[in-house]
Amino acid sequence: MVENKSFFGRLFQICNYAFLGAFACATFLPFVHVVASSFADPAQLARGGLIFWPEHANLLAYKEIFATPTIFKGLRSSIVITVIGTFVSLSVTMFTAYPLAQSRFRSKNIFMGLVIVTLVFDGGMIPTFMVVRDLGLIDSIWALILPVAVLPAWLIVMRNFIKNIPGELQEASYIEGANDAQVFFRIVLPLSKPALATFVVLYGVMYWNSWFSALIYLNNPDWYPIQVILRQIILSAQGVGTDSLAQSQISPMGVRMAVVVVATLPIMCVYPFLQKYFVQGMMLGSVKG
Amino acid sequence: MRKILYDLKKNPLLFLFLAPGLVFFLLFKYWPILGLSMAFQEYSPFLGVHGSPWVGFAQFGRMLSDPDFIQVTVNTMLVGVCYIVFFFPIPVVISILLNEVLHPGYKRIVQTLVYIPHFISWVVIYGITYALLSTDGGAINNLLSRIGLDPIPFLASKDWFYPVMILQMIWHEGGWGTIIILAALTSVNPELYEACAIDGGNRFHRIRHIVFPAILSTIVILLLLRLGSFMDIGFEQILMLVNTANRPIAEVIQTYVYRIGIVQGQFSYTTAVGLFKSAVSIILVLGTNSLIKKFGGEGIF
Repeated sequence: MVENKSFFGRLFQICNYAFLGAFACATFLPFVHVVASSFADPAQLARGGLIFWPEHANLLAYKEIFATPTIFKGLRSSIVITVIGTFVSLSVTMFTAYPLAQSRFRSKNIFMGLVIVTLVFDGGMIPTFMVVRDLGLIDSIWALILPVAVLPAWLIVMRNFIKNIPGELQEASYIEGANDAQVFFRIVLPLSKPALATFVVLYGVMYWNSWFSALIYLNNPDWYPIQVILRQIILSAQGVGTDSLAQSQISPMGVRMAVVVVATLPIMCVYPFLQKYFVQGMMLGSVKG
Repeated sequence: MRKILYDLKKNPLLFLFLAPGLVFFLLFKYWPILGLSMAFQEYSPFLGVHGSPWVGFAQFGRMLSDPDFIQVTVNTMLVGVCYIVFFFPIPVVISILLNEVLHPGYKRIVQTLVYIPHFISWVVIYGITYALLSTDGGAINNLLSRIGLDPIPFLASKDWFYPVMILQMIWHEGGWGTIIILAALTSVNPELYEACAIDGGNRFHRIRHIVFPAILSTIVILLLLRLGSFMDIGFEQILMLVNTANRPIAEVIQTYVYRIGIVQGQFSYTTAVGLFKSAVSIILVLGTNSLIKKFGGEGIF
């Protein structure tokens, strides 16, 4: 970029930096406020305004939310769903993408057609609900995994990625008598590591953040993921353990913010990887095949 | 069919690979499409899908005479229009501004910060909104009451629904939306910028004649893709925001289907509503696709 040294050029540059800085702060400061609120004492919260640093920081809100097993159960449920779901999604997506990327697989266009049709035609919420119910999956964590196990658009991205792996390697070993399973596990899988990493992250975030399917498919609160529990805590007038709140040193807002922090922490921990792989994933997706 | 038989004989292992995915698509993508036939029945849980009587287009007739349905359809359209008008230009503007930043370090810091909200669930986003805007201990209302003003019911009023929704959209995706546009900008040859400066062009000439043409086709494609999912914009977001106070203007087709269908169990009627929504979506998708082709693009199909 060419530096513009005129007065207006500099003025623009200063305003531009200030505006982008302000936008970044406006995006980030709510997080700071939430985290600080979860440690702050009720007097500071009652004063209002954004909180950047908790005065008399304490862990009472966290003690409060972990005093009952609800949050633990929610975290357990979210972790189980995320781990199993990501594994299932990744395996099925890879296994399905592989044949669709083989040029010698003559019926690949028929099956690709089957996939592409679902990008446009969709049964919608109620018919999908009926299928899940008829399969007897209500109140099972599989209802949160199987109906969304493969995202058609991502399957197409994966298939394009495998297609772009240099074909000679696959062809050569195939001609030398290796079967598809050997080609897949020894050649395609190791060469797909960057795509696999991207997809672990894509599916992992999807499962961790999902809450609507739990809302419609789970009646038994035992397996509610942390997002659904957070939803209940925020939407209902009472927080967790309101009885003790009246005489204690904790404000209900602080307790709610502690749950927000707990539900977001895993995402924040993997964010450096997220940024790298998501940007990579977007690039994979934009390569049309 | 012949091709499938050929492959079954020649590449049987490939079918083994395909099997789990095939089962998934048949069970969770195609079976629900068959289930749409429920829209032409009066489904009763006691009679089941096979035993319930067929009623033709009665559910669709009921739809047209249902004032709630008309209202939520109008709301859905308004939410989509709001998205296109107030949210869509934001990432474009931010990308152009980011592209003018001379220090790569500063650019990277801004990008790192503004991408974060994309990875946050709508439940958490509502939680953060609640922390700032609620009348029950929210940061802004506490401040207002301390300086002696009345609290403002941001989250429970019709007037504030749209501003809050649009702010949430900008906070959630405003930064993330820049990625594709910035990627399109990397394809600009830097010599063009120099040539522009040598020809006496200033910053605004550069943006107008080099940067904007470079991202125009990307913007058009993004816009048309958005039109394709017009009817689904903001579903999870609005399901969190909607409450008895703002329901008349906040309820959209998807949240209506959830409330009347899943919660109240009117399966046939809401299947018909869903089918209507899908039909409009398909018309929009096919329409936009032919529009893309008219623009000289490749189209999606």
